[in-house]
Amino acid sequence: MRVQIDPERCQGHGRCYDLAPELFAEDEEGYGQVLVDGVVPPDQGHDARRAVSNCPERAIALLQEA
Amino acid sequence: MTADDRFAEDFRQARADLPLGTRNEIITGPVSDWATDFSHLEAEWAADPYRIQDELRQRCPIARTGRFGGGWLPTRYEDVAEIAYDTERFSSRSIIMSNFRPPRELAPVGGTPPISSDPPFHRDARRLLLPAFTKSAVAGREQATRAFCHSLIDTFEGQDVVDAARDYAQHIPVRVIADMLGFPPDDGPRFREFIENALEGVNLPPEQRLARMEQLFEYLQEQIRDHVDHPREDLTTYLVNAELYGQKLAPSHVAGTMALLLIAGIDTTWSAIGASLWHLAKTPADRGRLIADPALLPTAMEEFLRAYAPVTMARLVKDDMHWHGVGMKADDWVLLSFPAANRDPAQFERADEVVIDREVNRHAAFGLGIHRCVGSHLARMELRVALEVWLERIPEFSLADPAAVAWSTGQVRGPRALPVRVAPR
Ligand code: HEM
Ligand code: SF4
Repeated sequence: MRVQIDPERCQGHGRCYDLAPELFAEDEEGYGQVLVDGVVPPDQGHDARRAVSNCPERAIALLQEA
Repeated sequence: MTADDRFAEDFRQARADLPLGTRNEIITGPVSDWATDFSHLEAEWAADPYRIQDELRQRCPIARTGRFGGGWLPTRYEDVAEIAYDTERFSSRSIIMSNFRPPRELAPVGGTPPISSDPPFHRDARRLLLPAFTKSAVAGREQATRAFCHSLIDTFEGQDVVDAARDYAQHIPVRVIADMLGFPPDDGPRFREFIENALEGVNLPPEQRLARMEQLFEYLQEQIRDHVDHPREDLTTYLVNAELYGQKLAPSHVAGTMALLLIAGIDTTWSAIGASLWHLAKTPADRGRLIADPALLPTAMEEFLRAYAPVTMARLVKDDMHWHGVGMKADDWVLLSFPAANRDPAQFERADEVVIDREVNRHAAFGLGIHRCVGSHLARMELRVALEVWLERIPEFSLADPAAVAWSTGQVRGPRALPVRVAPR
């Protein structure tokens, strides 16, 4: 599983880096960034899903890898 | 030209050259039908806007009014979101629905950038502010905020009943923003007057509103001059020195943004803290859960922000158009109710209930799209610290007199009188 942020939609609400700080961080203007390569370790699946379901802009995608 | 010269004269002269804008007849008094005559300034709305909005959502999702020179009130999440995203057809030239429309020439900058700005200028004005308001930048203020909250509760010593809105919630954002702007901390009561005028005095006679606005800008000019003479590490000095497009900011931009930070940062956060304490005072089960499990607070806080979203915005329609079945005219207002959006059952399960461990919560309390509240990380820090300190110091409290709770009218909603019993008897 991987997470991705659509920078066109992200407005920097910061719900992602509040809820899943292992997966997301703020940039210098507060927009969300995916840490490292966005691969979600098995124990962080719940955090990843919470970030997705709390982003007001629906900017985060959770991709299931084949 | 040196920076000093920009603020030497009365820079508000520049505004006097603009066309005047338009005024309309002020209509007050009880609403005959919420679908065709709504007003967010009447007592019925202040007491309980949710019932009105829920009813409208079912029978007439886009209400209208002839008051304020004409306007619309969408109540579905979908419609509110679509308008917030559509900056082509809806302008932020004025975001307070009142009896005065500023001249079109004021766009795309507006009187208080970036909230009053439209693209493309908006983005540049907003970027000036973002770095000072990131989550990590505001974390630096947490310790001082916590100490200040404790000092407020210290003053309750010996009292059985205190006003959680007036004696606690309101002081917190005032102190935080005064520190950030570098204003004298004791000027708090003066800010509150300015804000009350901007947000609640909407139906006052225009001369009176203008005179009070003048006082705010005079105050800001004093502060700016003082900072020009004595630069400091604060937002005022930062704005005085900031540049856009290779030039220092226009004096009206500096003062307009300062006015915005004062107005946007205080009433809003005060309302969020007050509404959360109001809920906890009357809901012992939720209070008990948060005391037993403090780690739930950040999730609960988001639910308070959803259910009691303090801020409603406004837009002006740019050109005549048909929009979702209604005929909007150029310069009609749209009252953009994030509170109504946040209670739409099509978007939220159990929308009318406060569920403090809600897992899925894409609420719009801080807006949607390009105008997302610049202060959201600061507001969240203040709200969390204010609630943490209160619950730690006063775990047992209840409404002293439910009938004495009074809510503000207008576009920012929160308790303005909230007597709570803090000592069990
Ligand atoms: C709980 C407290 C707060 C709430 C609910 C709130 C809500 C909002 C909302 C809904 C908007 C969007 C405006 C629009 O779409 O037209 C906004 C914008 C803004 N807010 Fe807040 N706000 C809060 C606290 C603060 C604080 C503490 C500050 C700063 C000191 C602040 C500064 C701003 C600014 C500068 C904007 C304009 C952003 C832009 O236009 O790009 N707010 N706020
Ligand atoms: S929660 Fe959504 S909008 Fe907010 S920073 Fe993260 S991706 Fe961006």
